Amino acid sequence: MNSGLRPDLAAIAEAIPQGARVLDIGCGDGALLEHLAATKNVDGRGLELSQQNVNACVARGLSVVQGDADTDLGDYPAQIFDVAILSQTIQATYSPKTVLAQLLRIGKLTAVSFPNFGHWRIRLSLLANGRMPQTKTLGYSWHETPNIHLCTIADFVALTDEVGGVVQNALALRKDGHTQAMQAHSWGPNLMAEGAIFFLRSK
Amino acid sequence: MAEAANPKFLRPVVGPHIDTGHAITFGAERPLLLDGGRELSPVTIAYMTYGELDARKSNAVLVCHALTLDQFVASENPVTGKPGWWTTLIGPGKAIDTNRFFVICANVLGGCMGTSGPAEIDPSTGKPFGLTFPLVTIKDMVHTQAMLLDALGIEQLLCVIGGSMGGMQVLQWAASYPERVLSAIPMATGANHSAQNIAFHEVGRQAIMADPDWRGGAYQLENTNPSKGLAVARMAAHITYLSETALQRKFGRNLQNRNAISFGFGPDFQIESYLRHQGMTFVDRFDANSYLYITRAMDYFDLAADYGGALAEAFRGTKTRFCIVSFTSDWLFPTAENKRIAHALNAAAANVSFVEIATDRGHDAFLLDEPEMFATVRGFLNSVAGHHGVK
Repeated sequence: MNSGLRPDLAAIAEAIPQGARVLDIGCGDGALLEHLAATKNVDGRGLELSQQNVNACVARGLSVVQGDADTDLGDYPAQIFDVAILSQTIQATYSPKTVLAQLLRIGKLTAVSFPNFGHWRIRLSLLANGRMPQTKTLGYSWHETPNIHLCTIADFVALTDEVGGVVQNALALRKDGHTQAMQAHSWGPNLMAEGAIFFLRSK
Repeated sequence: MAEAANPKFLRPVVGPHIDTGHAITFGAERPLLLDGGRELSPVTIAYMTYGELDARKSNAVLVCHALTLDQFVASENPVTGKPGWWTTLIGPGKAIDTNRFFVICANVLGGCMGTSGPAEIDPSTGKPFGLTFPLVTIKDMVHTQAMLLDALGIEQLLCVIGGSMGGMQVLQWAASYPERVLSAIPMATGANHSAQNIAFHEVGRQAIMADPDWRGGAYQLENTNPSKGLAVARMAAHITYLSETALQRKFGRNLQNRNAISFGFGPDFQIESYLRHQGMTFVDRFDANSYLYITRAMDYFDLAADYGGALAEAFRGTKTRFCIVSFTSDWLFPTAENKRIAHALNAAAANVSFVEIATDRGHDAFLLDEPEMFATVRGFLNSVAGHHGVK
């Protein structure tokens, strides 16, 4: 499938059933929602921090509200969405733990993608240079990065457990954009995967 | 005409030669049971339509007007001679394209543009209602609009749209008739009237009632008109429709046709002159008692109160698609109040969009040339129309 979507979004899109009710948190310019509406006939909603992005989404016919994942997820009733999506956003939230717990509450299935700070190149960079690592996907210096809560795959697995989530499926995101199934609990992917996509359910 | 036969009962705004468009009257067989408990019969609703209703009756868009506006949304106003008040948004090729959609706008209950209101003759007495006209609410206004749609044979609305008090009606429509409203665009509005907004309305009402020409509301009988009081009411209200930034940009401390302050109480400043002009022109197109009634209807509006205090309950199970629009510099219905509606709709798991338009033009921005607002309405309405197979 070549949808022109970012690889993690394409992998998430593939896992979404036809006609599902979906909330995309941090939906950006709405690329995923538009793709899902066109290919999966979903009832899609978006939550987005940037008002400019929101206005652009609505002008394209998408249902998006301006809001903040840290504060606004509490409004939604429990288990109201078939899938709640948080792509490349959890590391920028103020309280990832609360956000993840809210996602599990409102979504029957939760899809989360994030950059893996445990990747060997990042580990090596810190070891070799003694400076906060900057990579292609995490290209900010430490003092101006919006990514205030970076984590490794192992960290994320631990947090999932802490908030009462169960990993249903996990994918490693490779450098070339391909995804492959991974054993989330083993040490290999945490060293080798540039990013990860998790599909979670609440216990 | 009754006015010609009884010249002392002249209606303040709509003279005998004014064409208020279409009108429909519901007689004794269909009395209107009002929120306040009283019955009103007969009830006349004056309205305008633009565009053509399609064969499936699927392309109807209802526009709800704000406090001092009327049914002339997209055509020349017969009283002022000015273009329709929302021609920026509505017309051939516009965001609400009248080549595609059938647009309906009715003068609200209690209004003074042909719909039943305090300035009209009470058939039981042959005299103008004045203050004997029953108090009406936003819900009553919406109820009469539903009666009009029944009469027009329109079961479902593709969209209900309105700003300010029009937005209140939109919310009431969605709450009272969810199955009749496929989509709703409440703009620059709130789910209730705030203390500050009630306060400004009360200033306006007191100005009207303090005018000796008001005559306890019976000015039509005595052939007077509380135009001074109404003008002051309008001046106070008009300030709330603008923003400090816009006022400063437009007027600053500029003097009006003079080089120095006059050490008197004439209109030294341009802003004073501007407000006086706004007040003076308003009295030619609006009835003072109507102003009392309609401001009261806004004050009484509290949608959550009808649903046990929880706004989300007003929208429980709704299938209506919502698009809420607010404006950054609107301090009458600030973004936070609009957003509260979005939060309630989220809590009801409704399909909702929320857009805030960056502008320094205050509350009135929804009536002005705001391209981002047009793009929002166009995109939203296109999506809804496409979804429901409107060509």
